Amino acid sequence: MRIAPLLALAVIGLPVTAGLAGTVLPAFGFLPALGRETFSLEPFRELFAAPALGDSVRLSLVTGLAAALISLGLAGAFTAAATGTPAFERMRRLLAPLLAVPHAAAAFAFAFLIAPSGLILRLLSPWATGFERPPNVLVIGDPAGLSLIAGLVLKETPFLILLILAALPQMPTTRSRQLAASLGYGRMAGFVFLQWQPLYRQIRLGVLAVIAFSSSVIDVALILGPNLPAPLSVRLAQWMVDPDLSLRFMASAGAVLQLFVTMAAILCWIGLEWLGAVLLAGLRDRGLRFARDAIARAMAVGLPLATALLLILGILALFLWCCAGFWPFPDALPGNWTLRSWRSAWPRLDGPLATTMIAAIASTAIGMILVVLRLATRPSGRPPAALSRGVMWLPLLLPQVGFLFGLQLLAIRTGTDGTYGALILSHLIFVIPYLMIALQDGWAALDPRYERVATALGASPLRTFFAIRLPLMTNALLAAFAIGFAVSVGQYLTTVLIGAGRLPTLTTEAVALAAGDNRRIIAVYALLQTMPPLILFAIAAILPTLLWRNRRAMAA
Amino acid sequence: MDKQATGGVKAGASLGFCNVWIALNGHLLLQLDRTVMPGEILTVMGPSGSGKSSLLAFIGGFLDPAFEADGEIWLGEMRIDKCPPADRHCGLLFQDALLFPHMNVGQNLSFALPAEVKGRKARKDAIAGALQNIGLPDIESRDPATLSGGQKARVALARTLLSRPNTMLLDEPFSSLDAELRAAMRDLTFGAIRRASIPAILVTHDAADAEAAGGPVVKIGAPPAI
Repeated sequence: MRIAPLLALAVIGLPVTAGLAGTVLPAFGFLPALGRETFSLEPFRELFAAPALGDSVRLSLVTGLAAALISLGLAGAFTAAATGTPAFERMRRLLAPLLAVPHAAAAFAFAFLIAPSGLILRLLSPWATGFERPPNVLVIGDPAGLSLIAGLVLKETPFLILLILAALPQMPTTRSRQLAASLGYGRMAGFVFLQWQPLYRQIRLGVLAVIAFSSSVIDVALILGPNLPAPLSVRLAQWMVDPDLSLRFMASAGAVLQLFVTMAAILCWIGLEWLGAVLLAGLRDRGLRFARDAIARAMAVGLPLATALLLILGILALFLWCCAGFWPFPDALPGNWTLRSWRSAWPRLDGPLATTMIAAIASTAIGMILVVLRLATRPSGRPPAALSRGVMWLPLLLPQVGFLFGLQLLAIRTGTDGTYGALILSHLIFVIPYLMIALQDGWAALDPRYERVATALGASPLRTFFAIRLPLMTNALLAAFAIGFAVSVGQYLTTVLIGAGRLPTLTTEAVALAAGDNRRIIAVYALLQTMPPLILFAIAAILPTLLWRNRRAMAA
Repeated sequence: MDKQATGGVKAGASLGFCNVWIALNGHLLLQLDRTVMPGEILTVMGPSGSGKSSLLAFIGGFLDPAFEADGEIWLGEMRIDKCPPADRHCGLLFQDALLFPHMNVGQNLSFALPAEVKGRKARKDAIAGALQNIGLPDIESRDPATLSGGQKARVALARTLLSRPNTMLLDEPFSSLDAELRAAMRDLTFGAIRRASIPAILVTHDAADAEAAGGPVVKIGAPPAI
C-alpha cells in the first residue's frame, strides 16, 4: 500500500523527466542512436538559421498570452456578473458537454463557420452582404493568428469557467455579495474587489496551463493557424516527423527554444498579474462603486454565451457538411442530402475508430484506478504536498513538444513506438492530471463520518471502501471518466509521435485532412471524433438520475 | 476477524481508561483515568473546542494525527487502543444520523448486522425485529432521505445496536432534534444501552442530557486561548 499513492505520480513524472532529457540531449547534438556521441551547438545554429524563426516565436508568444487573457477575461467577467443567478447553473449545463468536444473538432467547427464560404457568411449573403461568391479574403490562417486565437478562446473559456465553478463553493460568495451591495457597490465591482483575487489564486495553475497549451498548440494551429510562417511548435513537429533524420537535432533544439518561449509567456503573464493587481487596488482604494453596471453585466453574460453558441453552431455546420450533396454559395442549406461522404470515408474509418476507442477506454480506466488509489491511500484532511501537486500539473504546464520529442526517441530505442502499450502510457500522462482535477474536490468533500460509522460497525477497510466510499462517489467517478476519455480522444501530438504513424486515431486522421480541401470528409471525421466523448458525457449526466431514482440524496 | 474481536470481550465488559491523555499543539485537552461499568453512561461535558469529541475519536480509532494521545483503553480483559478500528466495535452515534444514502433502510441495517447471523431468513428477521424495537416496522425498502429527522435518528440507533457493539460512543446525538423528540430519543437510547448492558460515553454540552444519562459526569476545560 505504500507505493499505491505514488503510482499515479510515477506514471507522469518518469516519462516527463525522461522525455525532457531525451529532448535536451539531442538539442546539443548528443544522440548515440544516430551515431552522435559528442556535444555541440550545431543544432541551435541550424535552428536560428531557419527562415522567419522570429515570426514563429512571436506568433507562439502572442497566441499563448492573448488566448489566456481573453479566455480569462470572459470567464472572470461572466463569474462576476452571474454568480448567484440562475444563469450560472444553466451555463454550467451548457458548458460541461462543450468540454467533451476535442480541440481539433472545435477548430474545424469554427473554421466551417468563419471561412469566406462558411455558414455565417452564407446566412448573411446575399441579402446583407451582397456577396454572390465567397469573398477572396484570408480568414482562416490569417498571418496575425487571429482566427487561431479565437478558436482557442472558444475551447479555453468553458474550461476556465468550469474550473471557477469548481472553486467557488469553497468561497463565501453570498455573504460577500450582500456585504458589497449594502455598501453600495455594483454586482460586478463587488465581486471583483472582494472575491476575484482569492478565486484567481485557486484557478491560477489552470490559467498557466492555458498559456502553456496555447503557446505550443499544434492541432488547432494546423487547422486555424497561419502557415508562412507557422507558429513555432507546428514547424518543430514537421521537422520531427520528417524522413530526414538529421532534422531531429534542429527539432530538439527548437523544442528547447519552445520551452523558453512558453516560460517567457508565463513570465509576461506574471507581470500582467502584478499590473492587474495594482490597477485593481487603485480602483478599489478610490472607492468607486460602479453601481450602474447593467450594460456591463449583460455583456459579461452575453459574450461567453455567444462563444458557447458559436461552438454549437459550428458543430451544426459540421452536421450539414457531412450530409451535404450539392451546396453552392450563398445557399444557407445544401441543395440535396446524401450519405455519400460517410460511405466513401467508412472503409478507412474503422481502424482509427477502434484505435481511438481502445486508447481512450484503456488509458481512462487505468488512470481512474491510479487516481482512486492515490486518493484512497492519501491521509485524509491534508492537502497534497507541493511536490506531488507540481508533478500532477507538470504535463499541463510544459509545452508538449518539450518532452514528447524525447519520449518518442525513448520509444524508438525500446522498440515500443507504434505499440498500444506505449500509446496508452503516453495518453495516461495527460489523462491522469485531468482525472485528478475532476475527482479530488468531490473526494475530499465527502463527510468522513460515513466511513467512520462503517468502520465502527465492524466493516474492514476494504469493505468500507467498496461498499461505502465507491458507491457514494459514483456520480463524480462517472463525470471524471467522461473527462478522461475526452482528453485521450483529443490527443494529437502524443498519438502522432508515440503511435509512429502506425496507430492513427480519428484525431490524427482529421488533422491530417486539414491540409486538403474536402470539407465533407473533414466533417465526417470531426463529428465522429466528437461523438464518443459527447455520448459519454451524456451518460455521466443521465445515469445518476436513473441509477438513484429511489435514492433522493444521491440523485441531487 | 469479526469472531476474534468479539470473542475476546465478554458480554457486559467494562470500559477502562488507564492514564489516557489527549493534547493538541502541546496543549493538554483532557486526562481520563477511570472505569465505566456495563450499562453505565459516562457523560463528558465541555464547551465547544475543548476537545471532548477527540476522546470519542481516540476510543474509536479515528483520532486526527494532528492530536497527540496516549494511555491504555481496556474493554474487559482486552486492550483495544492498539487494535484496528474495525475490530474495536465501538458503536458511534453522531448528531446527524449518517444513514448511507445509497442504501435503503434494510440495506443500512444489514450492513451493520454481523456476518455470523447466517441465512437470508435469519438476517431478514433480525432486521425486522430491530425496526420493530424502534417502533418503525416494515420500512426496510424506504429511501433514508424520505424519513423524518426523528425516524432517521431511530434507524441510526437501530443500526448501531444491530452491530452488537462492545461500547457506545455518543457525540451530541440529540442536539439536532427538537425538545419533544429529544426526550423520547434519550429514553430509547439510554434504555437500549442499559438493556444491552454495555458501557457508553456521552459527549454533550447540554446539562439535561447529562441528567437523563444518570451516570457520572466529567467536565473538561476551557478551549485553548487563541
